[in-house]
Amino acid sequence: MSIDLKTIKHISKLARISVDEQSAEKLAGDLNSIFDFIEKLNKLKTDNVEPLTSIAETTLKLRSDEVKSKNIREQIIKNSPQDNEDYFVVPKVIE
Amino acid sequence: MSDIIKQSLTELVENIKNKKLSSTDVTKAFIDRSEKSEELNAYITNDFTSALDKAKKFDQKPNFNLKLPGIPMAVKDLFCTKNIKTTAGSKILNNFVPTYESTVTENIWNEGAILLGKLNCDEFAMGSSNETSFFGNVQSPIDKNLVPGGSSGGSASAVAGQLTPVTIGTDTGGSIRQPASFTGIVGLKPTYGSCSRYGIVAFASSLDQAGPMAQNVKDCALLHEVISSYDPKDSTSIDFKRGHYSKELTNNIKGKKIGIPKEYRVDGMPKEIEDLWQRGTQYIKDCGAETIDISLPNTSYALPTYYIVAPAEASSNLARYDGVKYGFRAKGENLIDMYEKTRSEGFGAEVQRRIMIGTYVLSSGYYDAYYLKAQKVRKLIKNDFDEAYKKVDAILTPSTPSSAFKMGEKTNDPVSMYLNDIFTVPVNLAGLPGISIPAGHDSKGYPLGLQIIGKAFDEQNILNIAYAMEEKINFKNKITDWWIK
Repeated sequence: MSIDLKTIKHISKLARISVDEQSAEKLAGDLNSIFDFIEKLNKLKTDNVEPLTSIAETTLKLRSDEVKSKNIREQIIKNSPQDNEDYFVVPKVIE
Repeated sequence: MSDIIKQSLTELVENIKNKKLSSTDVTKAFIDRSEKSEELNAYITNDFTSALDKAKKFDQKPNFNLKLPGIPMAVKDLFCTKNIKTTAGSKILNNFVPTYESTVTENIWNEGAILLGKLNCDEFAMGSSNETSFFGNVQSPIDKNLVPGGSSGGSASAVAGQLTPVTIGTDTGGSIRQPASFTGIVGLKPTYGSCSRYGIVAFASSLDQAGPMAQNVKDCALLHEVISSYDPKDSTSIDFKRGHYSKELTNNIKGKKIGIPKEYRVDGMPKEIEDLWQRGTQYIKDCGAETIDISLPNTSYALPTYYIVAPAEASSNLARYDGVKYGFRAKGENLIDMYEKTRSEGFGAEVQRRIMIGTYVLSSGYYDAYYLKAQKVRKLIKNDFDEAYKKVDAILTPSTPSSAFKMGEKTNDPVSMYLNDIFTVPVNLAGLPGISIPAGHDSKGYPLGLQIIGKAFDEQNILNIAYAMEEKINFKNKITDWWIK
């Protein structure tokens, strides 16, 4: 298997990471060597194996939906790179 | 003052309780040592001024019933600390100040400990050498330009270099045990669900666990007792009866059956690791326990499985870093452009690589071939351990396939870097507890570790085995203070 530049561009779009030509080539090289290593799994037959989806074999517990942290709006907003009073600000999305 | 930093956690607690030392004495000594140790680059953020205030307050109104009375402690910068910057070693969280405290650190402060500062780590805990941190390499106290291991590299360096009496790290594929092994200290990765993940910056949620790192097994047991708790705020936290790990610690392991898995004898393993393992089995026998050859047939598939599962979960967990609500933001022409540039400039190369792998294996058309396949193999790996534990009480392996390496030695080859975790990764995949203890030195004088793997929730047992072996091994860490001017 080989991951080409077109695939790298496609994945980077999905991952929302902009990648220039130079780093795309580097990534393709790295990912190919990593996937060569991963391909080893194909040697194993797993047709009748149940996938392990949760390591902790417990049922999820329910709890009441109570507000515990109060009055932290200001602190939360303060962590934002750009805000306007009580709002997070993003680049314009409507033309 | 200089002898304070050489004391174990257990000794410091005792000396504070019987008033031979004050919290201020102890806190001052570790701050002084930390300030002289800038070259190690173990800290990302220090909180020394406030630590000293807290120590003075403790001394004015001491509570000696607490388990960590007035003990100063630095923690890995992956744990959210309320009102104190938490970066996860990343540019993208460079200015993030949490509004809440992680449960594990909350447990520590509730027992009387005092925060010294936040310790360097690989970016988002992705790395085995602490070379992926945005805040630069951490130096090993063992030797100049030697990696301390990773991802809890700052934590390992700080404990081995005596900048903090003990610390906590996190372990997703070996991030506590491998750096512990590289720096000659003890590191425990608890059973999945033993320590709450609430407030820990997430990497791979089905693998991440917090755990203690210490100078010796007893300190490790004491700290584990403090941090392990059932927490309704973490839906995978498990409600089981937790032991008094330090009180119940015993070196009597007579009659225990310890498995030696033949598949861990990997190709190209240095002879000194093989010899170390041999000596380990002898120590086990000297302690009156029995060793039994066992087989974990799917061991060689663990690392490829991990490099599907962990990046897949990481790509999903790290989707939240979009430059909107917190963290770094790059300028963009529109919203999507802003996202893409923020993540491209905010994440380092290794994190981007893993997000790309994860996105690929979860993408349409590839999910079954990679992610589902990996989950199936993960089941087989867990089955191997279940089968082995019908015959043995614990398993002994080397912690790492080599001793610590020099900086830059493996940065250009991701796969060779990943191979560091070959002995630790299967433990995370199966959700089991594992402890690394220092067990010897290689020809260069660098520390080597042995790993004891336990049954789920059987931390007491592996701590006891480690405690018994520690006595026989009588390891002395060679710290030369090379970084102190």
